[in-house]
Amino acid sequence: MAEDMVTTLYAPDAGEEPLLSLPDVSMLKTAPVTRLSFRGREEARKAAGKGFGFALPTKALNAKTKDDKAALWLGPDEWLLLAQDDALETTLSSLEKALSETPHALVDVSHRQDAILVTGSKATWLLNVGIAIDLHIDAFAVGTVTRTLFNKAPIMLWRVSEDSFVVEAWGSFMDYVSGIMIEAAEELKAA
Amino acid sequence: MLLIHCPYCETERPELEFVCRGEAHIARPQDPSSQTDEQWAEYLYLRENHKGIYAERWRHIHGCGRFFNAVRDTVSDKFLSIYKTGEPKPDLDALAARFAKSSAEAKK
Repeated sequence: MAEDMVTTLYAPDAGEEPLLSLPDVSMLKTAPVTRLSFRGREEARKAAGKGFGFALPTKALNAKTKDDKAALWLGPDEWLLLAQDDALETTLSSLEKALSETPHALVDVSHRQDAILVTGSKATWLLNVGIAIDLHIDAFAVGTVTRTLFNKAPIMLWRVSEDSFVVEAWGSFMDYVSGIMIEAAEELKAA
Repeated sequence: MLLIHCPYCETERPELEFVCRGEAHIARPQDPSSQTDEQWAEYLYLRENHKGIYAERWRHIHGCGRFFNAVRDTVSDKFLSIYKTGEPKPDLDALAARFAKSSAEAKK
């Protein structure tokens, strides 16, 4: 399962019990990662690419991954930059150096969001309990990343392989999001 | 569920992700201090709000976060045109005529 994911950044947190573990779908809390919110215009995007190690994606709803980093398109002037948990200082300083001449906004939001990994053949079914977008592989290809709503909570959804998704929600919303999914999964147990 | 096309995400998304922020193409006066109270009140509060084909600002708030403009028929809730911020206002009468023609053809 983990081998075919587009990123290795989201590893299940070894110290945590799985939130859900069924034959068809599982939900795992992930270990912390470095998250940077980056906003800027075209010039800043180019400069940030130099500081980050590769060019930030310009295609809507797309993510670029390289080594243990990822750049996620969230809006035409907004990206989420991911790196290993212990790489915050180095990533931040190299980005700031590259961007020193360009107007931009770069904020460390590592602890704003928590992530869970939803994996399994029933993952799309479970996510569609709260997400109103079409998650069929033809409509939502591997690598697609988007912000959307899970019922009332804003989330970020990233398809990292055909049957696994990263769901990020703000810390205080995560219990709501995962709680609803765990409750809905009762239906799978009954089937 | 009403699906709305976001010109920045280049995809259709449910209405839940969007908010409507009123009439589009209302330019802020260049020099607010030169405005009379009536002119300023008109800019702030007075909107056409007519029934029918209407150009509105929409925001993909739970997506890319961007504002864009859309022409919507407020009677049928049909979107006739969606375009990025900064693009000129389309000719509403021409759009309405084209829309009426295509829906008449669909009825045949």
